[in-house]
Amino acid sequence: MTGQRRGLLASIRRVWQHDLAWSLRRSPVTLVAAGLTLLCIAGALFAPWIAPQNPFDPASLNLNEAFRHPGSPGYPLGSDDQGRDLFSTILYGARISLGVGIAAVLLALILGVSLGLISGYVGGRVDAFIMRIADVQLSFPAILIALLIDGVARVSLPSQMGTSIAIPVLILSIGVSGWVQYARTVRGLTLVEREKEYVQAARVIGRRPLAIMLAHVLPNVMGSVLVIATIHIATAIITEATLSFLGVGVPPTQPSLGTLIRVGNEFLYSGEWWIALFPGCALVILVLSINLLGDWLRDALNPKLR
Amino acid sequence: MKKLLLLALFAVLPVQATTLRWAAQNDILTFDPHSQNHTTTITLVMHVYESLTRYGKKYDIEPSLATGWKEITPTQWRFNLRQGVKFHDGTPFTADDVVFSYGRIKQPQGTMQIYVDGVKEVRKVDEHTVDFILAGPDPVLLRKLTDFRIMSKVWAEKNRSQNVQDAKSKEETYASRNANGTGAYILKGWEPDKRLVLAANPNWWDKREGNVTDVVYTPIKADATRVSALLAGDVDLVTDLPTQDVARLKQNPSLKVLEGHEVRTIFIGMDQFNNELQYGDVKGKNPFKDVRVRRALNMAVDRDAIKRVTMRGLSIPAALMIAPGVHGHTNELDKVSAADPGGARKLLAEAGYPNGFEFTLDCPNNRYVNDEEICQALVGMWAKAGVRVKLNAMPFSNFIPKILKHDTSAYMLGWGVATFDGLYTLQSLVRTKTTGADGSFNCGRVSDPKLDQIIDAMKTEVDVKKRDALLRQALIMTRDEAYYVPLHHQMRPWAMKKNVSTLHRADDRPEARFARVD
Repeated sequence: MTGQRRGLLASIRRVWQHDLAWSLRRSPVTLVAAGLTLLCIAGALFAPWIAPQNPFDPASLNLNEAFRHPGSPGYPLGSDDQGRDLFSTILYGARISLGVGIAAVLLALILGVSLGLISGYVGGRVDAFIMRIADVQLSFPAILIALLIDGVARVSLPSQMGTSIAIPVLILSIGVSGWVQYARTVRGLTLVEREKEYVQAARVIGRRPLAIMLAHVLPNVMGSVLVIATIHIATAIITEATLSFLGVGVPPTQPSLGTLIRVGNEFLYSGEWWIALFPGCALVILVLSINLLGDWLRDALNPKLR
Repeated sequence: MKKLLLLALFAVLPVQATTLRWAAQNDILTFDPHSQNHTTTITLVMHVYESLTRYGKKYDIEPSLATGWKEITPTQWRFNLRQGVKFHDGTPFTADDVVFSYGRIKQPQGTMQIYVDGVKEVRKVDEHTVDFILAGPDPVLLRKLTDFRIMSKVWAEKNRSQNVQDAKSKEETYASRNANGTGAYILKGWEPDKRLVLAANPNWWDKREGNVTDVVYTPIKADATRVSALLAGDVDLVTDLPTQDVARLKQNPSLKVLEGHEVRTIFIGMDQFNNELQYGDVKGKNPFKDVRVRRALNMAVDRDAIKRVTMRGLSIPAALMIAPGVHGHTNELDKVSAADPGGARKLLAEAGYPNGFEFTLDCPNNRYVNDEEICQALVGMWAKAGVRVKLNAMPFSNFIPKILKHDTSAYMLGWGVATFDGLYTLQSLVRTKTTGADGSFNCGRVSDPKLDQIIDAMKTEVDVKKRDALLRQALIMTRDEAYYVPLHHQMRPWAMKKNVSTLHRADDRPEARFARVD
């Protein structure tokens, strides 16, 4: 019992004394950003318990409660054109935005890191082939690629699946549009690591290429990947919001932050400013704090800056 | 010398050009006058192509390319054609063009056959006289002919456009991009989704009431952008106004808003043909075949809330499938009852769905006023009655082919009445689908032999009293059997600059010949 406790305390101390923790303590901006990110994640995660209303359940909506001003009883941030409480909808919307963002980043990460490892380790024609595809994709803005994939996926998938495929398609299109960065970075690092002695040693004792890639090279390139992933989450959230703003994202009955801003945009002239403003603020806070965290992580992991 | 000076003066004085810059939501689909029965398309086409008859200011029938007509027998009408009329390319207008256009509009790939429905043959009598041979007496023939537009035979043959463009297979022909009519305006150019330019026809047989010599039509999809264009002075006239902005535009001292209703009814159609819904969770039967289910959906709709909140007062809640202003409509028939989700739940339980059921609602998101918002509101209202609805919103150009292929379980559509007569709606939407005009937009394949009988009888009934009785009976049956769920009749305010004046049209077709820019 006491041994266990001592072990726990020791590991907490180890984390506390770690370089990263030290650098985090020294940067108040990062502390605020981390706090806000945690707040957003917690809000999104616990939305069903925090939100006064479930805006995704159409039976709970009442059209007669639409366009309530911020501060009206029961509607702290007002309500939108369908009578959805904006505060609840932002929490649920952030859930979609974060969920889609993280899932898309995971997809891009897995795709990009594997292709980058193969490209860097195998080299030759395989390398040239993968990197030329990456070049082609890099010459288009990511949002165009996402729009293209989204459009093709929607047309080619059977229409019977209807709206249930909207979110997987969204994740696929954002994920596939973002793999290049990972592949490029990982390939570069792999080229360097490949020539190092420990890799050569592993080769000499007869380890298989796949095992070398996964067990030896991969752990040594993950630091940079982590930095890209953090910043990419912010980009992916923005891409999701942009697609939803353009009306090709999530179904209108399950609005994400981008959808809410699109809806609010239509009412800017008629004086219902809160429908666009509050979701917009939520999006800015979420993306900015994740970006700040990513920036800090990059600096903290860069030995040259220490 | 004096004469020469005067001549020089005339040469120097520019012809006064007055441009009307008009923006609305949709672009036209084609310039082929016999291809697409789509209001925006027809509105621009009718500036260039004319028909034998046309509507006057109060929707009374006026002579247009025909100067007069006579009923020789109830099934043979003689039309005297206007003499000396020339198409825009200079070829004279003759009886051959009418006969040719009749053959052209009848081709099955078009969607305009309803305007010559019941005409068996068009016979040339001499260069300026034609006979219309009818299958039976037709009390609304002259109204239908307002949308039967005449194309030059010589021009069509020269440009290999004798056949109507087939829009379903995305065909393009010379006549779908170019135009040669007899109308008040000449097509100067059309860049799809960008702009369409018309210029006044100096040789038009009639006089324009307004002073507009050039029309520039710009489709602007986004509501906010369209309103901004008007506020910034980039356009003079905006139709398809976003409802939430009307109140504010009214208060703007440099603008005015012309209010009027449109003869268009927005409704929900349901698949009543398949034995199992294509997009639903009920297995082995189609809930929409049960009148109790259809009535329950009707009962659960809170039309007053849609009017007040979503439409900001700019709609007339509907119980009937035709709008005020259409022959056959009476306020006594078109009485809306208050929403009753509890009653709907009870009816559904009676029909064997105590826990409701699920279906997908297809909805256009750029065609009717607040279409997607209304569909979303319906999802909520039906959820309160226990029916779970998945909303599938899409642009109109994807939506229309989908529902015409019957690839839908429920859909939202709006139906405008070009003839101002209830038969048009009943024949297109309620009559069992056959080839031609019968059931041409009956996308849920409603089929009721008794109603078919009444509608067919109405087509040839010339006794006004008897016909009105049939019309009333058919409207009541359609309403009480809940073959459709009517939502509301649209109001259509148009906003324009203070110096623009025009005539509001209940068919939502602004006509430049009535417009003035001062």
